[in-house]
Order: sequence, then structure tokens, then C-alpha cells
Amino acid sequence: MNYFKTDLASLHADLVAKKISSKELTQATLDNIKATDPKVDAFLNLNEEAALKQAAEIDAQGISADQPLAGIPVALKDNIVTKGMKTTAASKMLENFTPVYDATVTEKLAQAQMITVGKTNMDEFAMGGSTENSAFKTTKNAWDQTKVPGGSSGGSATAVASGQVPAALGSDTGGSIRQPASFNGIVGIKPTYGRVSRWGLIAFGSSLDQIGPLTHGVKDNASVLSAISGHDDHDLTSSTQAVPDFAAELNEATSVKGMRIGLPKEFLAEGVSDDVKAAILAAADTYRKLGATVDEVSLPHNKYGVAAYYIIASSEASSNLQRFDGIRYGYRAQDVQNLEDVYVKSRSEGFGDEVKRRIMLGTFSLSAGFYDAYFLKAAKVRTVIMNDFKAVLKDHDFIMGPVAPTPAFGIGAEIKDPLTMYMNDVLTIPVNLAGLPGLSLPAGFSNNLPVGMQLIGRPFDESTLYKAGYAFEQNTDFHLQVPTLGGQN
Amino acid sequence: MNFETTIGLEVHVELKTHSKIFSPSPVEFGVDPNANTNVIDWGYPGVLPTTNKGVVADGIIAALALHAEVEQHTHFDRKNYFYPDNPKAYQITQADKPIAHDGWVEVDVDGVKKKIGISEMHIEEDAGKNTHERDYSYVDLNRQGTPLIEIVSKPDIASPAEAYAYLEALRQRIQFTGISDVKMEEGSMRVDVNISVRPVGQEKFGTKTELKNLNSFNYVQRGLEYEEKRQQQVLMSGGSVRQETRRFDEKTGETILMRVKEGSDDYRYFPEPDLPALNISDDWIKELGDAMPEMPTKRRERYVNDLGLTDYDAMVITQTKEMSDFFDATVALKADPKMAANYLQGDVNAYLNDNHVDLQATKLTPVNLAGMINLISDGTISSKMAKKVFKAITAGEEPKAYVEAHGLVQLSDPAKLQPIIDDVLQANPQSIEDFNNGKKRAVGFLVGQIMKQTHGQANPQVVNKLLMAALQH
Repeated sequence: MNYFKTDLASLHADLVAKKISSKELTQATLDNIKATDPKVDAFLNLNEEAALKQAAEIDAQGISADQPLAGIPVALKDNIVTKGMKTTAASKMLENFTPVYDATVTEKLAQAQMITVGKTNMDEFAMGGSTENSAFKTTKNAWDQTKVPGGSSGGSATAVASGQVPAALGSDTGGSIRQPASFNGIVGIKPTYGRVSRWGLIAFGSSLDQIGPLTHGVKDNASVLSAISGHDDHDLTSSTQAVPDFAAELNEATSVKGMRIGLPKEFLAEGVSDDVKAAILAAADTYRKLGATVDEVSLPHNKYGVAAYYIIASSEASSNLQRFDGIRYGYRAQDVQNLEDVYVKSRSEGFGDEVKRRIMLGTFSLSAGFYDAYFLKAAKVRTVIMNDFKAVLKDHDFIMGPVAPTPAFGIGAEIKDPLTMYMNDVLTIPVNLAGLPGLSLPAGFSNNLPVGMQLIGRPFDESTLYKAGYAFEQNTDFHLQVPTLGGQN
Repeated sequence: MNFETTIGLEVHVELKTHSKIFSPSPVEFGVDPNANTNVIDWGYPGVLPTTNKGVVADGIIAALALHAEVEQHTHFDRKNYFYPDNPKAYQITQADKPIAHDGWVEVDVDGVKKKIGISEMHIEEDAGKNTHERDYSYVDLNRQGTPLIEIVSKPDIASPAEAYAYLEALRQRIQFTGISDVKMEEGSMRVDVNISVRPVGQEKFGTKTELKNLNSFNYVQRGLEYEEKRQQQVLMSGGSVRQETRRFDEKTGETILMRVKEGSDDYRYFPEPDLPALNISDDWIKELGDAMPEMPTKRRERYVNDLGLTDYDAMVITQTKEMSDFFDATVALKADPKMAANYLQGDVNAYLNDNHVDLQATKLTPVNLAGMINLISDGTISSKMAKKVFKAITAGEEPKAYVEAHGLVQLSDPAKLQPIIDDVLQANPQSIEDFNNGKKRAVGFLVGQIMKQTHGQANPQVVNKLLMAALQH
């Protein structure tokens, strides 16, 4: 079983028509993961027994036409808590941690009767852009196993791109859904901040984190986003905005005709590779041919985004990760003499290097005497960046640009150089700082590696992004190309 | 050398909400360790706080009760520090924009009235509790997330007696709002104290010390008195006061050095990203203000000016809202205010102390107390008989029914008393002679005989009047 030649609507139709049972689908999915995962290392844990049991129950009840996702397998990034199912955030700190409650998105997927087949690999606590910061394994790019899958949701992206699951959830704090989607030639969305509840997402940067789906196609993505969105009493930062049936808005008539698109000149500036530039300029031409206007616009403060982000996200993370103290759950060092030992040794041994680096950076930024120069200044920069976007989006329906400056880089190529690694997020980070929705979708290739395009919209206007993405998808064939996974399939 | 003293008080008041400030766990005491906790209280991965609106309302009510200005656009902040009773390793509090600022209370020390300023008040969560045994320490998170209001005084308090009066004024006003029990002995009111002295005329404040283990208002005052003298002596002997934390010893009344403070802790405060900012509307403030009960100072004015109570009586009656409400209800039933006040501060308070109960936990009602007082006022029973009746009403009995059932009705009719007086006089000629010889004591003996004959039911005033008339005849 692989999911290259189908989509969620077709799977649903097959399930309703009983061409295949959910149990058969689930079993085939698990078998395929077991066969392919040794090559890509996308999964940390499989939920085999419970998934098959749930599938059998759904088959017994029967699937009706108004349950579009029922009986279909899905994978969750391992920083989304799952009751009774190990949740590690790819950290030694939580290596043996089994939560006692479900995240809101976990519950919503269960209500939609999707079947969680497993938890995917990631950079530890979602800190990184290559999935090399996992304490357990390095996930490989679905297209070339010597390349990184991107990150931090690299496991979810590779799982979808290599046909293991039709959909997966990731989380995105500075590009962690969009960049791995781009590196793997699939669709990923970072929804508007507040669109999806964060209850049960192990926090990294609380004011930036959002959960979102990764899928093969735009319409599949829209279906899953509708299922996980909405206000949640557990999360006061979740919005009460109505949730459209995003997928229902996409059909043959979907068009960008008459839309105004902004293409920021800063998004094609120095550091962005020629192939990536070429793909985006070609995409702009496609949109023009489809009847949209593409204007060059400017986001003049975009260049300060990375600096502001690493201060804000690290500051919040330094506080959020203090709860991992060896007292109540998670890793506790053995050789301890006193309370300070419990803290210092548990945290020194339980956290990896990148996590420690960001905890130190964040702790410093919040320290007395430095707060104004760092955290407060970064918060002000954030407002300026928001205003840049607001100005452009006032008279443009959305903004287009690349997701990342380059296609996937080699495993080991950047991991020793944090600053180069951080610069990969230069085009995605400002979107998190501004709280806007950002959609990543396939827009080209460079040396047989996928190149992604990013569409950035107004707050809570994911609809426009999906429509524009769908129109692009209908008129291009990048999404139809699939990886060969070392000659197999 | 003359000194002046500056005292600062940080008062934590525990709110009586049903659930915690940021989680739905119940707030109650005396349950098993960690029984009232959930994933939020454990600081579990992935959890988020939600703000209990009732706590914000209580914060506004406290602000109004303390004449403070409500900050209508406010937010929560994180205060970061590691400790096992602090499961998230940060406390959600308010640092940058507290819910209220610039309040005051009026105190009266030895007849001198003074306004003591409150610099700010903020709402925050309490921590859990650690208990230590030989090999292990235990963490109980039941208290984790219990809502608190912290009230910080301005440097206006100039003596230990003023500190006591300030605490009493705070306690009373907050008690009247009903948002907290404000009981030091139960931990629902806690006080952190700092004090410094400086030579009169010196502009800069002296170095302050902090005092711990002050578990009653009395200990606060005594600890401050000791510390005030100690600091003065240090300065007079040419030394300098160190910035330190000292522990009050209840047995000796002294303060003992715990630790010297160097620099200040860095809590790395920053805005809590998990909670949206609070926008408090004018309407909400007005609604809460309109529903506020009359404050103790206003009630005291009314009791003294309208009901003729003494300042002292008015003060005692307004110790708690329950007592004051009980008094108002009793007087509303036409009971004599002075007698109602006397009963409340005498027999009622004694009953509450003997039985260790609060007024609202007893069977006493204003209807029954007023009923009893009115029976005394109209002469139906004597105040001596009232002792028995009072006991009955503490058991929930209706006074008039009790009096009738036990034949406690006072004999006040002269036509019925006269024959008894005549009989007693006839039986005691010696006493009449004694009286005529100027021995006034004889009257007491005769009254005693009359009371004996009437089984104590004779009205003493009427008996006295009739007896004197007969003797002087």
C-alpha cells in the first residue's frame, strides 16, 4: 500500500463502497511502513494494536458519506500528546513518557475516526530544521536518502512523501511544517495562530507554535485542517472564528482570476538559490496566465525576522522547558546527592545540544539587565514585521515566495553550523512572528530535489491560500511526481 | 540619636473560589495529598492554563474595597524559578501591569487617624507544598494554583503599631467583601514583612531586613518591635544593618538571622504567552462595585451616629461581616441596639470562642436573639433568666416558646407581688428593725427571701420599689 495514486476523497469513496475495509487499509499501511521505514526512519513508534482495533470497530459500525476521514490512517508528530501512546518529542528526556491525556487535535482526529498509526520523528522538542536533532534517529529525505527531510516535522513530511501515510500532523514554530513539506515535495500548512488548539502540543515557542497537516495534495490538506481547527476551551489563544469546510470550496471552478498577489523582492534576494528563484518566477508567470496580477512588493524588515525569532522563541522555550526537571515525570539522573543535582544532572543528561543552546540563549535574553536590549527589542521588531505584512496584504489577496532558500541539503552538511542552519528559516519565520497562515506546495525541482512555494495570507484566510494552491496544482504537474525510494515502488 | 522607622508589608490573601486560578481542580482543604490536582497542576507536557474569571472579579472587588485604581488593560507574567513545589518551574503572576494600583486604607492608632498607601495589588497562583522526611521529600500539589491576591504597601507605615492596624484594616475590609476568609491561623492570609530605620532627617531609607515566621498580627507587631530596637542599637553602636532575612522566635520574641541576602534573585519575568491580555470593562467594574457590601468603616459611622453605640462597641461588632450583618438584622427586628451589641460581644463571642465555631456555623439567628432581647426589654424575663434563654437559642430554640414552656415568665404584677412581700416582712421583723437602724444590708436579705419565694421569677426592679415603699411606710 502506498498513497501516491490516490487522495482522501477516493479513499473515502472506496471505504464507503466497501472496496476496501479500514482494517485492510490500516494493516497494509502498517506493513508498508515496516517495509519502507528502515530506508527513511520517519517513525519513532507505531500504534499497531490499537490502530487495528480501532479500524475493526469503524468497519463494524460502517462508514457513512458524511464522515470523509473515517477509517483513514494518519501519523502524528511526536510532540503531540497521545493518551496511552508514548510521546517523546524525540528527546531522551521523554524517552519513556506515556501521557495520560490526549491533545485536542488527537481527540478531533479520533472524532473524525481517523486512525493514528504512529508517531513521527522530529528535531528534539521541535528545535531544528533537519530532523538531525532527534535523540533517536535521523529521518531521511523521501527523494534522496543522503539528504535531510527538513525539520522539525521531518518525520511527518517523509512519511507522507514516501507514501507511508496519506496525511500527517506536524507543528510549525518558525517553518517546521512548511520547510520539510517543501524539501519533500508535498503540501503543508502553518495555519493562522489560534486556528488550531495547542492543548496537548508540547510547547516550544508558545506565541508562535501551530499544528497543521501535511498531505500530498491541497484538497487533502484542506480536509484535514477543517477537522482539527476551531476554538477550544482548553486553549485561550485559540480563536472563535468560524471554521469553513475548506475542501468544499475547492473544485473545477476554483480560480485566481482577478486576484492580486504580492511577490516581495526580499524573498528573492541574496542567499536564495537560482533554481529556487527560477521556480518562483515561473510560478508567478503561471498565476499571471491564470488571470492574477503579481506585483513586486516589499517587506523591508523581513531581514530582522531571524534575529527576533531566535530571541522570542528561545526565551519562551527556556521557560516552557523548565518543567522537565526530573521531579514528576521524564528522565531523572541516577547519581544525585541533592536537589540541585536532580535538576542539573537530569537536564544536562536529558537534553541534547541544540535544546541546551536555545535554553541558554533564551535564559540570557530574559535576564535582568538584558531583557530590554533583547526580549523587549525583539518583541518590538515583531510588531514592525507584522505591520509590513499588514501593509502588503491590505491590497493583495496573498503573498507568494519560496519556502526555503535552497532545496534539501545533505545530512551532516549544516548540523555543525547553527547559524547557517538558522538562516534556512529566513523566509518562514516572519510568518510565525506575524501569526499569519502560510501554505507550502510543490513548485519545481532542482537536481531532482523538490522546490516548494509559499503562499502567505491574511489572518484566518486559509481559504484563499487553498484556492490559490489548488488552482496552481490543477495547472501544473509538480505534485504528480513521486520519489522512487531507492528504486522501489 | 532619634530614628524613624519604615515598614513594608506584602500581604497574600487566598481567595475562596470553587476552582483554581488556571485549572478546573477544586480549591478545598483537608483532602488527601494531590487529590485536587490534574494535568495542569502537575505542569504536564502540553497543558495550558485558562483564566478563572471569578479570580479576576475578586481582584477587582479587592481593589475597590481598598480604594485602588483598577488597571483595565492588564496581563499575566511568568516568574521563573526551580523548586519541587513549583511544577512548571514558573509561577503565573503579574509583574508588569498588576490588576490595581494606588489604593489606601485608613488606620486609627491611639486616636490618631492616618491613611496608609497601597502601591499595587496583583493576582497570581500559589505553589504546592513540600514536606521533608529523613530520606525523601514529598510534594503535595493540592495548593498549587490556589488563587492569591498580593497586596503591597507603600512605605507609609512608620511603627509596629501602625503595621498591626494596617493589617487589621486590610483583614476587615477584605473579610467584608467575602472573597477570602483572611485567617492568618489557617493560612488564608500571609504576611511578608520588611523594616528599616534611619536617623531623622536622613533622606535615604536605611537598609531593610525581612522577617519570616510571623503567624499572627500580634507576632508581626512584636517581631517588628524587636527588630526596630535591634536596628537602632546596631546604628547607635556605630555598626551598619545588613540586608538579611531573620526569623521571629515566638518563645523569646527575638528575631534570629536566617541568611544574608546578596543581590537580588533574577526571576526572568516575561509576559505569559499562553493567556490573552485582560480587558476589564467599565461596566464590569461598576457591576461589581454596585454589588459590594457596606464596608466596616461606613458601618461603624452608622452604628455610632445613628444607633448610639460607643466607638469600641462599633469596632467589636465590625470584626467580621457576619457579626455586623447579624447585628443589623437583629436591630432591624426592633431589638435595642445597645443590648444587641452587648450580647454579641459578650455572650455570643464567648460562645463562639468556647466552641471554636464561626457565627454562621451556629444555630443562633437574629430572629431569636432579637426575640430574647425584646422579652428582656418588655420585662417578660429578667436578664438573669435570659442566661437560660440564651443557652436555649444557641440550640436553635425559639425564645418565647422556651420561656413559656419553662415557666420563666417574670413576676412583675404589683398586685401579685405585694402579698408575698408582706408575708416575708411579717416573717422577718428583725430585718425591719435592722433597716430602721440604718443597716441597708437588710434590704438585700429581704430581696433574697422574696426571690426565693417566687423561685427567682420576681422582677427585681418591681420588688425593690415595692419593698422600699413598704419599709419606709
